[in-house]
Amino acid sequence: MWLTETDLEAIWLTLRLAAVTTLILFVVGTPVAWWLARTRSRWKGPIGAVVALPLVLPPSVLGFYLLVAMGPNGPVGQLTQTLGIGLLPFTFWGLVVASVFYSFPFMVQPVQNAFEGIGDRPLEAAATLRASPLDRFFSVALPLALPGFVTAGILTFAHTVGEFGVVLMIGGNIPGVTRVASVQIYDYVEALEYGNAHRLAAVMLVFSFLVLLALYVWNPGAKKR
Amino acid sequence: MNETQANTNTAAAAAAAAGAETGMRSQIEARFRVAWPGFTLDVDERLPARGVTALFGHSGSGKTTLLRCIAGLEHAAVGRLSFKGSVWQDAKTWVPTHRRPIGYVFQEASLFPHLTVLGNLRYGQRRSRGGSASDSLGKSSDSDSNSLGKPNASNSLGKRALAITESSADTDTDTDTDTDTDTDTDTDTDTDTDTGSVTDRFSLEQAIELLGIGHLLQRKPAALSGGERQRVGIARALAVNPRLLLMDEPLAALDLKRKQEILPYLERLHDELEIPVLYVSHSPDEVARLADHILVMDEGRVLASGPLNETLSRLDLPIRLGEDAGVVLDGQVAERDEQWHLLRVACCGASLWTRDSGAEIGAHVRLRILARDVSITRDPGHASSIQNTLPATILSLGDDSHPALRLVKLEISGSPVLARVTRRSADQLDLAPRQLVYAQIKAVALL
Repeated sequence: MWLTETDLEAIWLTLRLAAVTTLILFVVGTPVAWWLARTRSRWKGPIGAVVALPLVLPPSVLGFYLLVAMGPNGPVGQLTQTLGIGLLPFTFWGLVVASVFYSFPFMVQPVQNAFEGIGDRPLEAAATLRASPLDRFFSVALPLALPGFVTAGILTFAHTVGEFGVVLMIGGNIPGVTRVASVQIYDYVEALEYGNAHRLAAVMLVFSFLVLLALYVWNPGAKKR
Repeated sequence: MNETQANTNTAAAAAAAAGAETGMRSQIEARFRVAWPGFTLDVDERLPARGVTALFGHSGSGKTTLLRCIAGLEHAAVGRLSFKGSVWQDAKTWVPTHRRPIGYVFQEASLFPHLTVLGNLRYGQRRSRGGSASDSLGKSSDSDSNSLGKPNASNSLGKRALAITESSADTDTDTDTDTDTDTDTDTDTDTDTDTGSVTDRFSLEQAIELLGIGHLLQRKPAALSGGERQRVGIARALAVNPRLLLMDEPLAALDLKRKQEILPYLERLHDELEIPVLYVSHSPDEVARLADHILVMDEGRVLASGPLNETLSRLDLPIRLGEDAGVVLDGQVAERDEQWHLLRVACCGASLWTRDSGAEIGAHVRLRILARDVSITRDPGHASSIQNTLPATILSLGDDSHPALRLVKLEISGSPVLARVTRRSADQLDLAPRQLVYAQIKAVALL
């Protein structure tokens, strides 16, 4: 095996983080996307902008605020301490929370676009066919938006894998706990271990390419009607 | 809901309400006020809850908005809607669309693209409470034997439909149908007793048969033609067993050929069902063929409302109908003249000759007589190319869309007919109400 034990640990941690984040975002992001797609509220603009913030914000800025919020004196930190969970920074779950914020737009925007693409008509048709609002969502909106969900899932997963700045701010560099692949590569480069960095970087490169390849080959938009 | 409201009233008011309610049993009472930028809908109407009522008007006249208000797809801030005595909307009540016993046909069929035709049909049928009055398609053998034992009108329909679906099940055995069959089995027992008459209970088979879509069941909507899609849309609306069918220009998105393909099915619907239908249309032709009642709308208001012929023969409306001004009469084919390819249609105590359309002797038909095809003479003596010359009484004269023209309302043995003449000839003939004249009817369209 040409990857070291710590490399494998870092890769495994990265995949775990990305998978958990994606799953959480499916649950959390979908209602937000649905609301943004359907609402006529004047809050649509502001909320949409907040959701999109991580796209333009430097990861260190987002990480800094999250660190402050989840720290011992921050509101989230005090809440987690009262609940007996302890402090989130420098833990795996701290990373998960940060990643959820960081990857939020990558989940919400494709799903929102997919919901908007459905239009009112199929949902109205379902209503005249006796489907309740919740029923309409699951039996019509979800199946019709499925391509959007696949895109969103792949993008969220890949984006979380590629995370670096936020991880460094929130998680630091604890082997097996918060040291993900991107941080590991950074470590190698700092230590001038270019050989190790090359190997892991190549793995990341191939992985990223395969994900994008999957996204472009499995292109549901190609036979849109 | 309205029962409890009545209880809170005084005895006298309750009695009055009860009286009003019995009158309302056969009515749709609709009062809506919708104010959007640039458009206002202001309607307060009682519509008959039987037969086909056409909501007729130009685009933008508010007819679709009215239909959507009735369906609950549009929530008019001020409104009251009751159907056969049950309140769907008033100040305190709002019945959401999915709880209203309606079927709705959209202008574009709006089928679910992710489901097959059968999946689309089943979508609403499954969800309609007590509306699962159909045997599942898969287990055709035992539902067939059930229907054999029942001497009711649904038999022939049901069996023909089963024959169709059986053959289609033979050719493609889709996994979809197989799994569906199992889930439907438990509803079987209570549906048997429920089958009822064709008119108030509607089964999936009947909907499939009525619209002739048995061979399409396993297809996806994308693989259907526009006309087929709309037929599936209509069948899907019928399969929920609606008590009120709402149709929003179901033919408007189709070309002439497709329209001709679907109209016969709509006429069958009209003939074979007793479900009241509200039919939005801007086509005088469709209205003439299908409607029993008509509600004429313009700019969000109702111009006229009433039985079809009574309303069409009103002299203040034809102006809006322009070239299409005319009347629709019911008749029966009485005689066929093989030599001249003509049919004699007995209509309103008179006989009219028209081109042989192939209708059978004794068949009930609708005749459309346009005002422009009727001229007036005081002397029927001399030879004319016009075959139908009938004695008539002038009821009234009115203005037409052009200052050179007048519309004359005639009565031919009890039925009103409109004639379009020039103002000059009306003057020269000295036409006046209650005068006896002869109506020369140049063309009669059999619908």
